[in-house]
Amino acid sequence: MNTIYFLVQQMMFFSIPLMVVALGGMFSERSGVVNIALEGIMVMGAFCSIFFINRMEGVMQGQALLLLAILIAAGSGMLFSLLHAYAAINLQADQTISGTALNMAAPAIAIYAARMLQDNGVQQVQFVNTFRIEKVPFLGDIPVLGPLFFQNTYITTYLGFAILIVSAFLLYKTKFGLRLRACGEHPQAADSVGVNVYKIRYAGVMISGALAGLGGLIFVVPTSTNFNATVSGYGFLALAVLIFGQWKPLRILFAAFFFGLMKTIASAYSGIPLLMRLGIPSDIYKMIPFIATLVVLAFSSKSSQAPRASGVPYDKGSR
Amino acid sequence: MNKRRFRLKGASSAASSLIAILVGLAAGFLILLISNPSKSLQGLWTILQGGFNNGRKGMGQVLYYATPIIMTGLSVGFAFKTGLFNIGASGQLMVGGFVAVLVGITCPWLGAAHWIVALLCGALAGALWGFIPGLFKALLNVNEVISAIMMNYIGLYGINYLIKNLTNADGAYLVYDKLKNQTMNVAESAVIPKWGLDKLFYNMKGNYMDVSSVNAGIIIAIFLAIVIYVILNKTAFGYELKACGLNKHASTYAGINGNRSVVLSMVIAGALSGIAGALMYLAPASGMHIHVEEVLAAQGFNGISVALLGLSNPIGIIFSGLFISYITVGGSYLQSLKYMKEIIDIIIGVIIYFSAFSLFVKNLLSRVGRRKNHHTAEDGIAKTEGGAAQ
Repeated sequence: MNTIYFLVQQMMFFSIPLMVVALGGMFSERSGVVNIALEGIMVMGAFCSIFFINRMEGVMQGQALLLLAILIAAGSGMLFSLLHAYAAINLQADQTISGTALNMAAPAIAIYAARMLQDNGVQQVQFVNTFRIEKVPFLGDIPVLGPLFFQNTYITTYLGFAILIVSAFLLYKTKFGLRLRACGEHPQAADSVGVNVYKIRYAGVMISGALAGLGGLIFVVPTSTNFNATVSGYGFLALAVLIFGQWKPLRILFAAFFFGLMKTIASAYSGIPLLMRLGIPSDIYKMIPFIATLVVLAFSSKSSQAPRASGVPYDKGSR
Repeated sequence: MNKRRFRLKGASSAASSLIAILVGLAAGFLILLISNPSKSLQGLWTILQGGFNNGRKGMGQVLYYATPIIMTGLSVGFAFKTGLFNIGASGQLMVGGFVAVLVGITCPWLGAAHWIVALLCGALAGALWGFIPGLFKALLNVNEVISAIMMNYIGLYGINYLIKNLTNADGAYLVYDKLKNQTMNVAESAVIPKWGLDKLFYNMKGNYMDVSSVNAGIIIAIFLAIVIYVILNKTAFGYELKACGLNKHASTYAGINGNRSVVLSMVIAGALSGIAGALMYLAPASGMHIHVEEVLAAQGFNGISVALLGLSNPIGIIFSGLFISYITVGGSYLQSLKYMKEIIDIIIGVIIYFSAFSLFVKNLLSRVGRRKNHHTAEDGIAKTEGGAAQ
């Protein structure tokens, strides 16, 4: 039983950032803008917020600092994503190209800024993890559910679930969501009934920027004690989760959990007696999440349908 | 008329790339100014001097570093031309490099043909790594971006496993140099030959020739770029691939086997990246080795930049690869001025970002052109109308 608790707790650390970033990608793609820059935006969000934590550690600790850092991460991610939005929407640029440009520049900017701004001149930004919640009061004492979801956790886990619920509501139950989806499927039709396609797409990309920036922070905080200008390809994995999740919030949740579970097994198999006894080398375990995703995709993609206008610049004058 | 428009198109593409490069360099200068104003002009000059900072050896190094990124650039660019985004160049490069090294270490009996066989095996391995996403895309509708990303990581961990676990019958490592945590040196006969380039690119240090690392790889890369150019632009096969890239349904209707085209273009793209890996790692003892680490090869992702800057045109890719290598080498000399070499990555990022605007620039240029044409057309109509009235 303890093994299962441990697995679920670990799984959250991997799954929640993936889910949050994939949800970000969903808003962008459903508005019609492919956002391959998720990786770069994650790096920027993580850098700004971790640097903020690094500087403010002397003044404040714990959840208050983390909440402020979350705001910084989301804000910086949103700002950085504006670059992509401007290129993709106003200038009708190739969205793959501008996304790749942001991915190229972000780690370089993070390293450069870290070495410029820190007195010791190193590229790693250190931070002290004062954010872990040993046990949520009351809820943590519930049998089974307590250890599963309310012990050894972070406030960001609950934030992630809140984002999921809000996203699903926003996408399916509000006027904005309907317009967003219309712009991703048939922008001309949306325009003809008075929807401002450019504004909606800006909103989509900016939401994706905020969520990706946030995802960068919540990926780094539980798994490391410093930020080294990388999020280890998680932005790309989130893209995989997004497609695997068929651009739908609930499916994204399952896709992220599936991938997170595989990843947990890969990184924590030595803590699971059953898997330890099999004697499979660690490199093979590390391959499992990727092979499993590939296999699942092979079975589930036949009917896969991306938002129709995703990746196509909107030109008012085109027919 | 058609020819003129074609020339105009080429010129405006090149112009938009040049504008992007200028903006990128300006951004770089701005960063230099912010970080340390007193040395900023000197810094910019160092970047612009690129390989020339270190004489003929420096230029050789530019060619040497350009080799793999031209190859991965070709790989990505070729896939772009056929409507696919090959983000898996990194994995294909590493798998290709690993198989080439494996052959390079274990088959010295091949003699003079050794390096060629190793190179071809690397190409085959890369092709296999491209084949899988291609097949998944064609038959199962799996998005090639995602499957290629997965293949990157599968390749990375797979190679790490094989390097550490391949042993001969006696239990001795086949390719693993445990002390340095990397692959062993390949046999002399498997090292990519110099083809006289070492006689061209060296610096004299007293009586000692300080030779650059450049080898036949750059010649092979340029040759393959020309081959790809011919395939894409002068053959029916290339035409079919491009047609499928533009509209798979229309080309299927026209009798082209769309699935076959998707698979083949990923196979070719994979082979090109595989060759990139082979050219990188079939190096002498002082050269590159495959380290056992959990990092994807950067050359694969740089290939995306090279392809984008070269507008996916094989000939353009030669130049963009050389350019990126040139300023990267220049950037490595920035450190003597206490600047960080990451500034080059920022510059390249800015260049790519502004090259994304090429459509905007092109439209601007063609709008100017069209207005001229429009005028002449109107004149013509006015004349005929005048004639009819009379």
